Amino acid sequence: MYDIGTVYEPKTVEEAVRMRCEHPQAVIIAGGSDVLIKIREGKLAGADLISIFGLDELRGVHMEEDGTLVIGSLTSFAHITADPLIREHIGVLGEAVDMVGGPQIRAIGTIGGNTCNGVTSADSASTLFAWDAIIELTGPEGIRRMPIRDFYLSAGKVDLREGELQTSIRIPRKAWEGYKGFYIKYGMRRAMEIATTGCSVNVKLSEDKKTLEDLRIAFGVAGPVPRRAESTENTFRGQALTASLPGEIGKAVLADVQPRDSWRASKDLRLHLCSTMAERAFREAVSRSGGEL
Amino acid sequence: MVVGKSIIRPDSLDKAAGRTKYTDDLCDRNALVAKICHSTVTHALVKSIDTSEAEKIPGVVKILTCFDAPERTFPTAGHPWSTEPEHQDISDRHVLEKHVRYYGDDVAAVIAETEVAAVQAVRALKVEYEELPFVLDPQEAMKEGAPLLHEEFPGNVLKHTEIHKGNVEEAIKEPGLICVDGWYETPTVQHCHIENATCFAWEEGGRVHVTSSTQIPHITRRCIAQALGVPWGQVRLVKPYIGGGFGNKQDALYEPLCAWLTTQVGGRLVRLECQREETFANCRVRHAIRYHITSWLRPDGTLVARKADCWSNQGAYASHGHSICAKGMGSIPQLYPCENIDVRGWTVFTNIQVGGAMRGYGMPQAVFAMESHTEDIVQRLGLDPLAYRRAHLMQKGYFDPFSKNELYADSFNQTLDVGSEYIDFERKYKEYQHQTGDIRRGVGVAVLWYNTAVWPISLETSACRMVMNQDGSIQLQVGETEIGQGADTAFAQMAAETLGIPFEMVHVVSCQDTDVTPYGTGAYASRQTYAAGMAIRGCAEEFKRHILEVAYRYTRMQPYLMDIQDAKIIRTTDGRVLMGLGELATTVLYDLDHNEHLTMEKSTQIKTNAYSFGCCFAEVEVDIPMCQVKVLDIINVHDAGRIVNPALARAQVQGGMSMGIGYALAEKMLYDPKTGRLLNGNLLDYKLSTFMDHPNLEVRFVENSEPTSAYGTKALGEPPVVPVAPAIRNAILNATGVACHEIPMRPHLLYQEFTRKGLI
Repeated sequence: MYDIGTVYEPKTVEEAVRMRCEHPQAVIIAGGSDVLIKIREGKLAGADLISIFGLDELRGVHMEEDGTLVIGSLTSFAHITADPLIREHIGVLGEAVDMVGGPQIRAIGTIGGNTCNGVTSADSASTLFAWDAIIELTGPEGIRRMPIRDFYLSAGKVDLREGELQTSIRIPRKAWEGYKGFYIKYGMRRAMEIATTGCSVNVKLSEDKKTLEDLRIAFGVAGPVPRRAESTENTFRGQALTASLPGEIGKAVLADVQPRDSWRASKDLRLHLCSTMAERAFREAVSRSGGEL
Repeated sequence: MVVGKSIIRPDSLDKAAGRTKYTDDLCDRNALVAKICHSTVTHALVKSIDTSEAEKIPGVVKILTCFDAPERTFPTAGHPWSTEPEHQDISDRHVLEKHVRYYGDDVAAVIAETEVAAVQAVRALKVEYEELPFVLDPQEAMKEGAPLLHEEFPGNVLKHTEIHKGNVEEAIKEPGLICVDGWYETPTVQHCHIENATCFAWEEGGRVHVTSSTQIPHITRRCIAQALGVPWGQVRLVKPYIGGGFGNKQDALYEPLCAWLTTQVGGRLVRLECQREETFANCRVRHAIRYHITSWLRPDGTLVARKADCWSNQGAYASHGHSICAKGMGSIPQLYPCENIDVRGWTVFTNIQVGGAMRGYGMPQAVFAMESHTEDIVQRLGLDPLAYRRAHLMQKGYFDPFSKNELYADSFNQTLDVGSEYIDFERKYKEYQHQTGDIRRGVGVAVLWYNTAVWPISLETSACRMVMNQDGSIQLQVGETEIGQGADTAFAQMAAETLGIPFEMVHVVSCQDTDVTPYGTGAYASRQTYAAGMAIRGCAEEFKRHILEVAYRYTRMQPYLMDIQDAKIIRTTDGRVLMGLGELATTVLYDLDHNEHLTMEKSTQIKTNAYSFGCCFAEVEVDIPMCQVKVLDIINVHDAGRIVNPALARAQVQGGMSMGIGYALAEKMLYDPKTGRLLNGNLLDYKLSTFMDHPNLEVRFVENSEPTSAYGTKALGEPPVVPVAPAIRNAILNATGVACHEIPMRPHLLYQEFTRKGLI
């Protein structure tokens, strides 16, 4: 039995925005896999809820004319993994969200919820960082769009303003075309797990597969919010593919990450893993792109 | 023959279809809900509890605090009662505690009309504490000046025992001995049964009735009566189907509190269901036991002398106490016999939650230490791990004067043969030494030692009742409980075989009700088929004799000329069918001259015990940079005597192996050193292994029928978990050269070990 106040159920995005303005204290609930747990724990006991679960307009994946991939915020992990557009263009996102929890969680959990939660361990978040994803928010003043790295403000806090609702996640053509990626979730078991740390790498190789035209390296649980390894990316962008490159990248990312000590894992272990994961994920991403190291 | 067949368990379809009724399914929906207020400090005296805000919450019926609770104490351990006071379990619990001894101790309870109201009221209670210093480690707790948990136990030592043989100090003077010394650390872990601890209670007819998910109905009834201070017959306990226990429910958990609560609200029905977090933080755990073993050997591996010390972390209250530590200690002089040996053990109170029974009862800890130490010896002396074990393990014919146990068969060699052949140990062990590279493989072996039942440490008894229906089928009742392991199916197979009726004609009364079920102590040790088997066979043979005497009236044949086969009365001299068993049961029940209801009840005391041995072989792949271990293949081989139901036995072994894999690699309850609070008391942060973490779990049996057992059986419930962790530990050693002295071998530990060894 859950200690819930009033539940509001909008039928449209417009109505949801209005309800958000009318009931600023109310918490948005989508799949419920985070909110219900917080209610049960007592952190949100007695909370009023705005259930957007019925907003089917926010479900599904499509491609706009300019090649932008648009993922409705209510799309479940299971649907993302199975979606043909995702599989064709940004398969690694489908693979990453297929590592969330277990089958039941993946059937109810939504990508919008996963990102609005603001946690650094979210499997979708680091991968979306590596895809230069754009977050779309709909509010009383209309639509706002921003890069995902600006959306994350601090641990557990995202730039979701009063009256606003996350409505989609967008990946422009230039962000996905020609890129292949690989995600490593590091957990203490192989299912039903939250990432101890995670690393998502996308690479774009030259036509002859000899040069690294671009790379994007993103980490979860290597800081209070997901982050990109910017200095490493800048250092290695444009370099020729060599056998020593993965190891060098692995070492370089240590300057880009700031994991902390906790009882879940020590800072030293996390640093070591960040380095190892970056090396391995890079190696796999290159291999998927047809490159040889 | 019914015994020995993989008969499908009769309860399986109902369970798969969701029809089976467990404790919560049976509770009336109008029951009042009880919720416990757990302390938010680790060691303290409760100064006051302000209930005023909580009482205002609509739906709250009654709030009871530690200041309302009776001063009377009670024991909780699932042991048979002893009429000798010095052998009785320590009685140190109150239904609610004024002296908080661990983080989460029970200081108050709220009874409300709904769960939400009860939870809100618990949150609204204001508890004032006078905090005391606390201690989490047993060796720290024994030091002078350490915080004292129980005044009656100076130095926090619940009990200290020693085993001595020969003269270690003299023996080690022999020149040329090699000394191998090691510390072996095991973690506090939790059972993680699917069904949380749950019960409900009400008063009716001036008695307290409790329905509970327990392994030990008759014992729990006694503990409740002791807690309430009433004659034992004033309490009735009903045990329906339960969703696993693994020893956690071999303890009175919250039944005494729930029973007391109903008496405080006029006997109204009160339900007390643990949440998963409470099952983690407030029920029982496996004791973390630290072993220090020193061995003195000749270069050929001959064991000249050995010392073993161990410290068992009991936590806040006595529960099963020293018996768990003592069971492990008892194996040490026997597993690798030695002429000169000193074993010393201390069970020590600390401010963590209470250690109780858990599958293996002290043996996973002892065998992790012993089999890791054995591997350390093998490494140090440059010997072959398999050959060393074969030469130095307890041999066929070994006799223990205390338990009167005898190793009747060559169990160790036979099981080692099967396991080593399956995993191709000899070849791989050599091939995997001296590998290089990031990914390395290894194989490891460990054996296990186990005692089937509890005699002569305590009473060993079982009682059985058989009631015949008009169709010749029977109801079978024993006090030994079905807790998911398939005991009922095995019992029915045994009864069918001895009585001479088909399996389908034995209806096991699965539910134990202390008002009607014959006395039995429940599901613990690995005694079900051994102890209940003796009661079942004794009862069935006497019942059969009696039935044949009754058959004489209608067949005119002497009883000794008849037998029951396939539910028919047979004349043994020529095999002629004289009458059907159903025909006999109906005729005698409705006989106007000689009516009789065919029943039999028999109580059996058991004064034997049995060794149950086996081994585990594991093959692992170690990803050194990722500090991860993957179990590629694993096999358990058991000599558990005759196997009653191979399919169920295999499933039981696989369950134990799964528990062993978690013990080896992942599971550990973490306590905050600053606050004493359990940090990972939920199924997300406590890394119980999943299907994805397991390879195929291979199971083989070597069936040497146990001569002392009614059906040739001996322990199989607990033993499977015992050898797994050291086998995996030894496989990691073979792969990497790193000898871990602690479990679980999580990435956290492997990172430190690999760094120290220069592998990363």
